[in-house]
Amino acid sequence: MKTSNLIVEKKKLAYGIHMFWIENELVANNAKAGQFVIFRIHENGERIPLTIAGVKDGTFRVIVKAVGKSTYELCRFEKGDKIIDIVGPLGQPSEIKNYGNVLVIGGGVGIATIIPIVKELKNHRNRVDVILAARNKDYFVLEEEFKEVDNLYFVTNDGSRGMKGYAHEMMEKLLKKKKYDISWAIGPSLMMKACSEVAKKYDLKIWVSLNAIMVDGTGMCGGCRVRISDELKYTCVDGPEFDGRLVDWESFNTRLIQYKEEEKLALEKYLEKVGEPTWL
Amino acid sequence: MAVKDRIPPIERDPQKRAKDFFEVSLGYDEERAVLEAQRCLQCSIPTCVKGCPVGIDIPGFIKQIAQKNFEEAYKILKDYNSLPAVCGRVCPQEIQCEGACILNKAGKPISIGNLERFAADWASKNNVEDEIQIDKNQNKKIAVIGSGPSGLTTSAELAKKGYTVDLFEVFHTPGGVLVYGIPEFRLPKDIVKKEVSFLEKLGVNIILNIPVGFAIHPQEILENYDAVFIGVGAGTPKFMNIDGTELNGVYSANEFLTRINLMKAYKFPQTDTPIKFAKKVVVIGGGNTAMDAARSALRLGAEVTIVYRRSENEMPARKEEIHHAKEEGVKFLTLTQPVRYIGRNGKLIAIECVKMKLGEPDESGRRKPIPIEGSNFIIETELAIEAIGTQSNKFLLSQFKGLELNKWGYIKADEFGRTSIPKVFAGGDIVTGAATVILAMGAGKKAAYAIDQFLK
Ligand SMILES: Cc1cc2nc3c(=O)[nH]c(=O)nc-3n(C[C@H](O)[C@H](O)[C@H](O)COP(=O)(O)OP(=O)(O)OC[C@H]3O[C@@H](n4cnc5c(N)ncnc54)[C@H](O)[C@@H]3O)c2cc1C
Ligand SMILES: Cc1cc2nc3c(=O)[nH]c(=O)nc-3n(C[C@H](O)[C@H](O)[C@H](O)COP(=O)(O)OP(=O)(O)OC[C@H]3O[C@@H](n4cnc5c(N)ncnc54)[C@H](O)[C@@H]3O)c2cc1C
Ligand code: SF4
Ligand code: SF4
Ligand code: FES
Repeated sequence: MKTSNLIVEKKKLAYGIHMFWIENELVANNAKAGQFVIFRIHENGERIPLTIAGVKDGTFRVIVKAVGKSTYELCRFEKGDKIIDIVGPLGQPSEIKNYGNVLVIGGGVGIATIIPIVKELKNHRNRVDVILAARNKDYFVLEEEFKEVDNLYFVTNDGSRGMKGYAHEMMEKLLKKKKYDISWAIGPSLMMKACSEVAKKYDLKIWVSLNAIMVDGTGMCGGCRVRISDELKYTCVDGPEFDGRLVDWESFNTRLIQYKEEEKLALEKYLEKVGEPTWL
Repeated sequence: MAVKDRIPPIERDPQKRAKDFFEVSLGYDEERAVLEAQRCLQCSIPTCVKGCPVGIDIPGFIKQIAQKNFEEAYKILKDYNSLPAVCGRVCPQEIQCEGACILNKAGKPISIGNLERFAADWASKNNVEDEIQIDKNQNKKIAVIGSGPSGLTTSAELAKKGYTVDLFEVFHTPGGVLVYGIPEFRLPKDIVKKEVSFLEKLGVNIILNIPVGFAIHPQEILENYDAVFIGVGAGTPKFMNIDGTELNGVYSANEFLTRINLMKAYKFPQTDTPIKFAKKVVVIGGGNTAMDAARSALRLGAEVTIVYRRSENEMPARKEEIHHAKEEGVKFLTLTQPVRYIGRNGKLIAIECVKMKLGEPDESGRRKPIPIEGSNFIIETELAIEAIGTQSNKFLLSQFKGLELNKWGYIKADEFGRTSIPKVFAGGDIVTGAATVILAMGAGKKAAYAIDQFLK
C-alpha cells in the first residue's frame, strides 16, 4: 500500500483556495462520497478535518480554503511536500441511490466538496440540477467538472455571474416550478441554514454537511456534538451529513465560534512570524 | 510488636506542582524502597496476590527489593506484567493488591504500587534491557485493533510467541487512554513511549492513522489475517444532556483531556490546538477522569470545584487522586447535582444545581442520591467539564457487522476474549465497559493465550 502522504499535485484555484492531490491508497481506495479525512501538518499541528473531493489512481484530492492559522500554513505546502499524518476516510458516506430528480447546491469551497456526490448521483442515473453559489465570478472553482449535470445554475452575491443574490433564493425559484425528490446543500453554515428553511417550506428532504469543530473524529471526545431534533449527535461518526431541517442551527453556529479569540491570536502570531501571506 | 508505618513516597510540594504538568509523585529512592520492602511479612499464603488481577508474585518481588536485588525484582514483575511502570502508578491498589494485604488488619498495608514502580523505574534508569525472546516463526498473521493497554499487551505476547503482528491505531500516537486520557503529571508519556519501542523491538508493526472499519474493512481483515484482536476501548463520552449542553464552555472530560494530553493544548499558541483557559471551572463526576480533568484545569490556572451527586465515600476515584486533588486546592462540592446550564450569547456563565441526600442502596450497592426539593442554587463558572462516564464506542462496531454485542452494546466475549466470530477475539474496555489498565492488560494476555491455542 502506498501511503506516502506525498503531495503529487498542487494548484491555486482562486485567492485563498488551493487544491491538493495526495498519495494515499488506503484513503483513495476506500473513500466514498461525503466522507472526510483529518490532517496534521507538523508535530505541533492541530487535527484539521477536510472533505475528500475526488480520488484517482491511489491519490485523493482536497480543496482547502484558508481561514486561519492551520489552513494558511497548509496552503503554503507544495508538490513534493509531505503531510505527516492523514487519517481517513471518516464519517458516514452520503446516501446515494436512484431518487429521480435531485437538486444539489454548493457554495464557496462547498462547490468542490459536492463533486463526488454529484458524480455518484449521476452514476445512479438521477437527473441532477446543480446550483453553484459564490461571492463573485472568480470563485467558481472546478466548474468544468459539472459538465454531466442536467441543469447548472450560477449565483453570485455581487451579480458578476448568473443570478445576483444567494443560493437559497435560486433554490426557491427552482422549487416554485419543479418538483425534486431530494436535495443536498453544502457550503457556509449560513447558506446551509437558509437552504434548509426553504426545503422545510417545500417539504423537501435536504442533506447538509456539518463542519463542526473536531478533535479525534472517532466519536471519542464529543466536541463535535450537535443537536438534531432534540437528540445529541456526534458529527464525526453520526454525520457529517444530517437532514438540515432537523439541525439546531443556532447552537451549531455558536459552537463554530468557540475559539474565536484563540484563532485570532494564533493567526496574528503566525503572520508576525512569516510576514504577508503572499502565497495565498 | 507494633506494625511500622508505611514509608511515604517522595511527592512534590502541592503549591509548586499545581502549576506545571511534571510528575506529582517521585516514588521511592533506594533507601525508602528497601525500608518499605522490609515491612512485608512474606506471608506463606499471601492474600495480596489474590487482589492483583494478574496474580503477580508480590512477596517474591518485594523480597528481592528488601535484599537490594532490584534487577531481580524487576524481572519477576515483568514475568507477570509487561507494564509495571504504568501499573505501579495507576492501579487502584487500595481495592486490589494493597486492599488485600494482611497488614490492613493493622491499617498499614504494604505500598505495593510504589514498590512496583520503584523496581520498574530503577530498571529503566539503569538501562536493564528487557530480554527479547521470540519463539520460532509461526508463519501466521494477527491483526490487533487499538493500541491501548489491551492491544499493547496482546501484541507483545503474540510477537513473543513468534506470530507476525500488525497493530492498527487510528490516532497519530499509540497508547490509547495512556496517552490521551491520563495526564503527564500522573503518568509521564516517556514511559508509554518506551513500552512502544519495546514492541517494535519484538517486531510488532505499529501502523498509525488507520481507522479500521473505514480504511480497512472488517471483511478484508478477516480474509487477510489468521486471527484478530479488538481492543478499541469504551470511549464515547456520555453527557447528562441537561439544558444547555451545547453551550460553549461545556466540555466532556475526554475532549478536555485529549486537547491537553495528546494535542498539548496547554502550550497554545506554541502548539496549534486551542483550549479555553478559564478563571473558574466546575468538573462534574467523581471518578479518576474527573480528578484528572480537575487537576489539569487547575494547572491551566483555574479555580476548580468538583461537583458530585453522592458523598465522598462513594467516589469511584482512587483515594490517592482525591487526596492529591485536595492538596493541590481543588474544592469538593458533594451531594450536588447540576440540573441546567445557563448561558449568555452562547457561552456558559453558570450552572443551576440541586442538593442531594442519600437514600437506600441501589443496584450498584451505593446509596442512591435523591434530590432535595427546593434546594436549587447557582454556581457561576466559565467552564463545565462532564466526567460522568463513557459508553460503547460504535466507531468500529458499526462497521463490524455480525459481531454479537451484549445488552449494553459492548462486545460479547468469554473470559478468554472469544467472540461470536471464531477468528475474532476482544478485550479491555470494549468488552467490560470502562474499567482499569490492569484489567485491560489481563484481558490482552488471556486473549493472546487463546489466540495461540486457536491457531495451534
Ligand atoms: C467534516 C469536515 C469537513 C471539512 N471540509 C473542508 C474542506 O473540504 N475544505 C476546507 O477548506 N475546510 C473544510 N473544513 C473546515 C476546516 O477543517 C477548518 O476550516 C479548519 O480546521 C480551520 O483551521 P484554521 O486553523 O485554519 O482556522 P481557525 O482559525 O482555527 O478557525 C477558523 C474556523 O474554522 C473552524 N475550525 C477551527 N478548528 C476546526 C477543527 N478542528 N475542525 C473543524 N473546524 C474547525 C471554526 O469554525 C473556526 O471558526 C471541514 C470541516 C469538517 C468538520
Ligand atoms: C481520564 C482517565 C483516567 C483513567 N485513570 C485510570 C487509572 O488511574 N487507573 C486505571 O487503572 N485506569 C484508569 N483509567 C481507565 C483505563 O485507562 C482504561 O480502562 C484502559 O485504558 C482501557 O484499555 P483498552 O486497551 O481497553 O482501551 P483504550 O485505552 O481506550 O485504547 C483503545 C485504542 O483503540 C483505538 N481505536 C479505537 N477504534 C479504533 C479503530 N476503529 N481502528 C483503530 N484504532 C482504534 C483508540 O484510538 C485507542 O487508542 C482511566 C481512564 C480515563 C479516560
Ligand atoms: S499490577 Fe496493579 S494490582 Fe497487581 S500488584 Fe501491581 S499495582 Fe497491584
Ligand atoms: S499480604 Fe502484605 S505482608 Fe503479606 S506478602 Fe502480601 S504484601 Fe507482604
Ligand atoms: S470529533 Fe471527537 S467525537 Fe467527533
